[in-house]
Amino acid sequence: MGSGESAGGTGTFTGNRALMLEEPLIFEIGDSSTTGVDFDILPGTGRGTAGTAVEGGERSEHGEAGPLHQPAAGPPPRSGEDKLGGLQRRRPIGLPGLSEPQAVRHYTRLSRQNYAIDLGLFPLGSCTMKHNPRLCEKVARMPGFADIHPLQPADTVQGAFQLIHKLGEWLIRLTGMHSVAMSPKAGAHGELCGLLAIRAALEARGDAREVILVPESAHGTNPATAAFVGYRVESIPANERGRVDLEALKGRLGPDVAAVMITNPNTCGLFEPDMIEISEAVHAAGGLVYCDGANFNAIVGRVKPGDLGIDAMHINLHKTFSTPHGGGGPGAGPVVFSEALTPFAPLPFVEKQGDQFALVEEETAGEHHGSSFGRMVAFHGQMGMFTRALAYILSHGADGLRQVSGDAVLNANYILRALDGLLDAPFGHSGPCMHEALFSDKGFGEGLTTLDLAKGLIDEGFHPMTMYFPLVVHGAMLVEPTETESKATLDQFIGAFRSLAERAKAGDQSLKAAPVHAPRRRLDETQAARKPVLVWKEPAEAEAAE
Amino acid sequence: MRYLPLTEPDRNEMLRTIGAASVEELFVDVPEGARLSGKIEGLPDHASELAVERELGAMARRNLVAGEAPFFLGCGAYRHHIPASVDHLIQRGEFLTSYTPYQPEIAQGTLQALFEFQTQVARLYGCDVANASMYDGSTACWEAIGMARRITRRGKAILSSGLHPHYVLVAKTMARFTGDRLETRLPELTPEPDTAALIEAIDQETSCVVVQYPDILGRIGDLSELAERCHGAGALLVVVVTEPVALGAIRSPGEMGADIVVGEGQSIGVGLNFGGPYVGLFATRDKYVRQMPGRLAGETVDAEGKRGFVLTLSTREQHIRREKATSNICTNSGLCALAFSIHMTLLGEKGLRQLADANRYMALEAAERLSRLPGVELVNETFFNEFTLRLPREARPVVRTMAERGVLGGVSLGRLYPGEASLENGLVVAVTETVTHGDIAALAAALGEILA
Repeated sequence: MGSGESAGGTGTFTGNRALMLEEPLIFEIGDSSTTGVDFDILPGTGRGTAGTAVEGGERSEHGEAGPLHQPAAGPPPRSGEDKLGGLQRRRPIGLPGLSEPQAVRHYTRLSRQNYAIDLGLFPLGSCTMKHNPRLCEKVARMPGFADIHPLQPADTVQGAFQLIHKLGEWLIRLTGMHSVAMSPKAGAHGELCGLLAIRAALEARGDAREVILVPESAHGTNPATAAFVGYRVESIPANERGRVDLEALKGRLGPDVAAVMITNPNTCGLFEPDMIEISEAVHAAGGLVYCDGANFNAIVGRVKPGDLGIDAMHINLHKTFSTPHGGGGPGAGPVVFSEALTPFAPLPFVEKQGDQFALVEEETAGEHHGSSFGRMVAFHGQMGMFTRALAYILSHGADGLRQVSGDAVLNANYILRALDGLLDAPFGHSGPCMHEALFSDKGFGEGLTTLDLAKGLIDEGFHPMTMYFPLVVHGAMLVEPTETESKATLDQFIGAFRSLAERAKAGDQSLKAAPVHAPRRRLDETQAARKPVLVWKEPAEAEAAE
Repeated sequence: MRYLPLTEPDRNEMLRTIGAASVEELFVDVPEGARLSGKIEGLPDHASELAVERELGAMARRNLVAGEAPFFLGCGAYRHHIPASVDHLIQRGEFLTSYTPYQPEIAQGTLQALFEFQTQVARLYGCDVANASMYDGSTACWEAIGMARRITRRGKAILSSGLHPHYVLVAKTMARFTGDRLETRLPELTPEPDTAALIEAIDQETSCVVVQYPDILGRIGDLSELAERCHGAGALLVVVVTEPVALGAIRSPGEMGADIVVGEGQSIGVGLNFGGPYVGLFATRDKYVRQMPGRLAGETVDAEGKRGFVLTLSTREQHIRREKATSNICTNSGLCALAFSIHMTLLGEKGLRQLADANRYMALEAAERLSRLPGVELVNETFFNEFTLRLPREARPVVRTMAERGVLGGVSLGRLYPGEASLENGLVVAVTETVTHGDIAALAAALGEILA
């Protein structure tokens, strides 16, 4: 489909609307004979680097009719053999190329169809969308961090080990825990790390257990991770104050329970006031305590999870420590451990030995870390996220990080109290919230839902809040403003939210049409799932597949 | 504090609205004994941009930068030239500072880019479909083994001796807890990969054979027969590609019958970054899509009939299916996938083939030059941009000595397989388009002198 076909009532020839520019797919504008990259003439050979032969005239396996790659004359330098074992790629691959200006324009136009923190408030609850300082980007791109190989000899990467070690020390100090595993690649990978350590510890004591208890308000990753490791998952209920039902939890503890996974602050945006008692009860029953640290931003510098009896907790560097979310990653999920779990933490890790830093791997672990559950990823973790997170941490310092949680919680409570007269805040009566405010759809007019309010926010120029999560609240709306929003922004957001809530309560059906000002109207997700189209096909081929 | 916009009067006014006397009061639910009354002691206070840059710059300068030395390391991470526009585009705030595209009406940029990425990966791998990325190659490899178990309902995976040892270790860690059985073996310094032995090992309990292409020693083998034998026994063929540039020169795994193809995408667009973040690629046949892990972007239409894209088939995923999900993965490598896709779009098929040629020509030259050194032997019969040398003595100290002379001369097999005497003389040398003739001469000179 060309951009000209989709005028859709805008009345323009192109279908574009001033700064709102449609952009076709690369497969519709590029071809396999175009490239935006030049290659050097190979010194000493007097010619360029083209040369893999393709069988002429054959159509691509994907049906492209574009010009085929033209082989250059002449054999490779010196050696007559190609060493490819007769496996030269002869058939066209079907990868379109664009010249550099076309490529820059393609992706710039695409970028403008995205909402982003740089554009405005992005209050996704439990996602901690805060400002991403550009200093962190600059530091991550220093050649001494960006252009080093993970298998370089240790003597040539002492600064890299030093950085990993320093960030690890900060995380240990901020959480009051005993050790840290830096290699997990994201939050869910951190959960996996924590559960593997727990399982290894229980097996080491000859007491392999089979059940993990997870509150019903937990992130979906918690039960998924437990199942991934082979545990059976059981749910524990919340009380009327939105917290873990302590008595129900105690009642379920027993010799088959390996661990509980608790999110604290929890996904209702509330601190678990019984956390110490929960930990004590779990420990008394022979289990261990995993804390999902996704919401650490609310408490950094205010309380140390180590003081709450926790055995393992992951920290999303892409939340609390502001490494960019990048449209869905990469993240980083270091895990801090209690003394009890430290011997079981994964390999590799960086250790300070005198003035030097060493990487403890399988080879050297035997001496003092023989109980480790092993390696969970190639190489040593998300270095590019470590540099950014440390730049962020050093910028804030101990005083600034305490201010971060203070402002994050202040902003969330400001939103809670500005809206709870109009909207149902199911736990608003139980006291202050932490970093996010939770509302339900109670009182909305006939047929109007949380989704409609969310789409209305898009028209108002905001990214919607998290919708329909946590599952314990009907039509949940979870709003996390973070500390990097000004009062003026919050006031504007509150104004927009109030206006939409009033429309929803009044049964204003026009909300069902929202968004009307976005690059797209509501998208048909049912069709997408019923007849999945996951790759682009030539129109003729796509038709044949019908 | 430059990242915090609230002023003291703002805070006071907001507290009045809330009805709290102080910010501390908002933390009333934190048990009093655990509540900190002030900042954590013993840690430094906030710092200026200049100070932070200075401190981290000093650490960066302690490292020997790949671009400033003759550089020949590979084994799962490769140094390629990345066009300047790639890094510019991924730093567009609308890409960099957006979230997972849960609100598709205002995330079409990310969603369309992911749809294009999925198509590029599927075509590169010769598969029907690809997902929107995994963490990296090693975790994607384990996910492929788990997926093969779900599809075949069998629990034994046979891992090629040519599979990256870190990938093997990751699988071993997971298998210990999931109950999967893994058959693994050490590589041998032979000219050809272990395809024949893998064929021999397949039985009726085999869920999948996992083979790396090119393998850890750089060898390239035809996988067609292996695929047929797998299918004949009701098993799947999983192919792992750690160097995607190779697929600009050699046949795709899908073409040879692979059922699941996974790999590391770092070579295209991402950079070395000391091991992460990287981007896991994951592709398979149409019929297995619902067993696939990870996010998927799919095409649909909006209320006005305009084409658009959404995340789809999420009933496989943890946020919907919880403990019944195909994987626990949530955040993936979105921005690295974007970098991969932009670089691939700049290359196009023509550029990818030229890039592959530039790599293998330089590698051919280096192999020829280095194997002429006295006592040094080229192990490989086949290779793309990476090959293994057998040195007349243990390679690991040689690599360290070369590094002291400012030459990053390769990865010793002693580093990857510590304590394995049969491999300790092996040196894996990767040669990409970033290597110059002068670099090859420097490596030959350093290696020659040290071995003399």
